[in-house]
Amino acid sequence: MAYTADVRKVYFDQLEDLKSQGIFKEERAICAPQDSEIEVEFPIGSEKKKVINMCANNYLGLSSHPEVVKAAHDGLDVRGYGMSSVRFICGTQDIHKELERKLTEFLGTEDTILFPSCMDANAGVFEAILTEQDVMIADRLVHASIIDGMRLCKAQNDSFKHSDMAHLEEKLQLHQNKRLRMVITDGAFSMDGDLAKLDKIVELAEKYNAMVFIDDSHASGYIGRTGRGTQEHCGVLGKIDIITTTLGKALGGASGGCVSGRKEIVEMCRQKARPYLFSNTVAPVIVEGALRVLDIISRSTERRDKLEENSTFWRKGLTDAGFIIKEGETAIVPVMLFNAKLSQDVAKDLYAEGIYAVGFFFPVVPKGQARIRTQLSAAHERHHLEKALAAFIKVGKKYDILGKTKQEIIDKYGM
Amino acid sequence: MPSIKDTVLQYVKNEYLESDDDREITYDTPLISGGIVDSFSMVSLKVFLETQYKIQIPDAKASPEAFDSVNNIVNLLKELNVKE
Repeated sequence: MAYTADVRKVYFDQLEDLKSQGIFKEERAICAPQDSEIEVEFPIGSEKKKVINMCANNYLGLSSHPEVVKAAHDGLDVRGYGMSSVRFICGTQDIHKELERKLTEFLGTEDTILFPSCMDANAGVFEAILTEQDVMIADRLVHASIIDGMRLCKAQNDSFKHSDMAHLEEKLQLHQNKRLRMVITDGAFSMDGDLAKLDKIVELAEKYNAMVFIDDSHASGYIGRTGRGTQEHCGVLGKIDIITTTLGKALGGASGGCVSGRKEIVEMCRQKARPYLFSNTVAPVIVEGALRVLDIISRSTERRDKLEENSTFWRKGLTDAGFIIKEGETAIVPVMLFNAKLSQDVAKDLYAEGIYAVGFFFPVVPKGQARIRTQLSAAHERHHLEKALAAFIKVGKKYDILGKTKQEIIDKYGM
Repeated sequence: MPSIKDTVLQYVKNEYLESDDDREITYDTPLISGGIVDSFSMVSLKVFLETQYKIQIPDAKASPEAFDSVNNIVNLLKELNVKE
């Protein structure tokens, strides 16, 4: 079929509709390596502006770390740019196996398989290991990639209210007639910045004979005393059957992900997971970079300790100033504004003040729960956070939201 | 014994509202387009209806529109010959 004017109009109208709803996404060009301070063009082509970055997943500040960059350079020299193959044909190098071994050791699991991204890991894992005789019971706030993965799988799906253990228990009881049960959750929730109650989930899973799956993408590398993730924080190391995580956040920030866990499950993924079977191997530069990241964070907890201090300072600063934040233990700190337009206006004013943070609203978060999501990094120095806090307070005063309750903000701005 | 309408309404409230969610749900409240039930968690509603009323809801009939309010759901159940 030709791409006629009528066809063009179908898409044009949909894009216009997104714009009129205020949910059209525009990219900003960052004209520097990823860091706590960056130069940004927004809109693209406009004058560059230096801003403090409060919205990267660069939790440990390793995205542009000289040691990681050097390791990636070395990888390029020694193992080349690409492999021009999927893993099982001629795309597996010695370093891929080494990274899988190191991730297994780091996460405290039995085995690991690399994927091009954690999105791919989540898209492929369920279909590879569950059938229509089984059930997947997921927390309602799990990441979109998990939902996509569940949709591709023939097992029945069900869900429980966010971190509601009584509701999860009801669902586990309801599904006792299934062959396999799997409880599915994020380790750290990306929009709320809270952690799954993994100790309780493991307890229920043992009681009702279910496997436990976590996506620890927003926790791996910094949550837990030695950064091994939510399972370390909750004291259940070795008890999680499947962990998916990413190399695209704290663990270097480039790309790549994995499924780590019980060895039979990992082997099933090697045999059957379609994103693994049908997409290219992770590039050697990324593998070498990730290996160096694991070295750095295994040598010392300095970076995750600094991130924890930064997060504590930031949470306290915002709370003392009178903002409503979502409680949590992670480096994700949502500042609640409730009203969608207010979240966009505040983000815009913050940007004018030299602070880059993004407002989120429905459908990314539930209606009436619009927010600015801020994310801390070990690359933030105290002066960055002090400046950012001063900007938040200035903008908060402008909109008269400091010290106000949720109801007062809603009364003033609407849901 | 509560009516079908009230049974469904009660289930929706228990299943989908968080404890701190004070939104009022009535028979006409848009559930899916109103952001209370997303298409992902709609499955538990379908499973509940099938178990409670011992029916099979064909996928073609389990559309977001058919599940968009308690009244719509009751109409769907009537179509599937569920009686009070």
